[in-house]
Amino acid sequence: MFILVIGGGKIGYYLTKTLVSEGYEVLLIERNQQKVVTFSDRFGAVVMQGDGAEAATLQRAGASRADVVIATTGEDEDNLVICQLAKRMFQVGHVMARVNNPKNEEIFKRLGIDTTVSVTNIILSYMEQSLPDRPLTHLLTLSHADLAIVEANITSRSPHIGRPLGDVNLPPDVAVSAIIRGEDLLIPGPETRLQPGDEVIAITHRASEERLREALSQ
Amino acid sequence: MKVVILGCGRVGSTLARTLDAEGHNVTVIDRNQQQFQRLGADFGGATVRGTGIDEDVLLRAGIEEADVFVAMTNGDNTSIMASQIVQEVFEVPHVVTRIYDPVREQLYRSLGLDTICPTTLIAGLVHEKLADNATVPSSGGAA
Repeated sequence: MFILVIGGGKIGYYLTKTLVSEGYEVLLIERNQQKVVTFSDRFGAVVMQGDGAEAATLQRAGASRADVVIATTGEDEDNLVICQLAKRMFQVGHVMARVNNPKNEEIFKRLGIDTTVSVTNIILSYMEQSLPDRPLTHLLTLSHADLAIVEANITSRSPHIGRPLGDVNLPPDVAVSAIIRGEDLLIPGPETRLQPGDEVIAITHRASEERLREALSQ
Repeated sequence: MKVVILGCGRVGSTLARTLDAEGHNVTVIDRNQQQFQRLGADFGGATVRGTGIDEDVLLRAGIEEADVFVAMTNGDNTSIMASQIVQEVFEVPHVVTRIYDPVREQLYRSLGLDTICPTTLIAGLVHEKLADNATVPSSGGAA
């Protein structure tokens, strides 16, 4: 497998280093000649100088035979264009972009980027999962269907405790799929009653996520 | 019509002044406040400081009511990304993008952006001038 990494910042540097040590064929493209020299001393001949948003650079790097292109620069506009060039001009099968402004994850997906990674969103989601009192945690986005999988923690203060699930006023396009109670997995029905400490896993349309949050935290 | 122009350089500011003088509703976005000086004291439009690849900045510029969006930044990738956001998210009916790199210009034209490439445009104009000039040996074929 041949992987092209664009951008020799901290993320690109450690990514290249790790991929090389795992035995992948990797080429790192970096604009700054000084960095290219330093990296070449450390990694050997897997670093090339050039602007990854220039088609000529990608051509020189052999993008047309790359299996994956990963754009890791600190500029979202550069990462977007690098990935679009790789995909549209060089028919790269899988393009991944680092997204610096978390709001851009959505638009990158709409513009055809296969995988986006936002460090801010990752930290946020870990943080939310480790806070016990958060009423609703976003676990996963199923972007092709515009759905989200979320987790709700039922605290001892929740007004829904002891009520059957069928009586809880949830948005209509929410499917409560599972309840984790202690170490047990329950498949809930309308008669299932919520208990403090329950973790409720639900699938929702993304448009209803906010209403679900309100319904569960009221 | 309501026009949002991204980039208040020579071209962006000149276009903004022309459209403003014609009575259009013009808003100019630029990262650098100083660039707005190019618009002159008699400019009647609005200015917004910020980057055009941020949806919040575009909203502040009134992108939702815009009929036309023009991207004229000095970075091709910024102009390309801003134009795609405006076209895809805000569905502005007419988006014009300046792209200096002829290769990127061709790609994004094929992907549906209305692009202008000053590089090929000026090279073509100069070439025409040279072909018109009798003292330059012509390779033939000029119309």
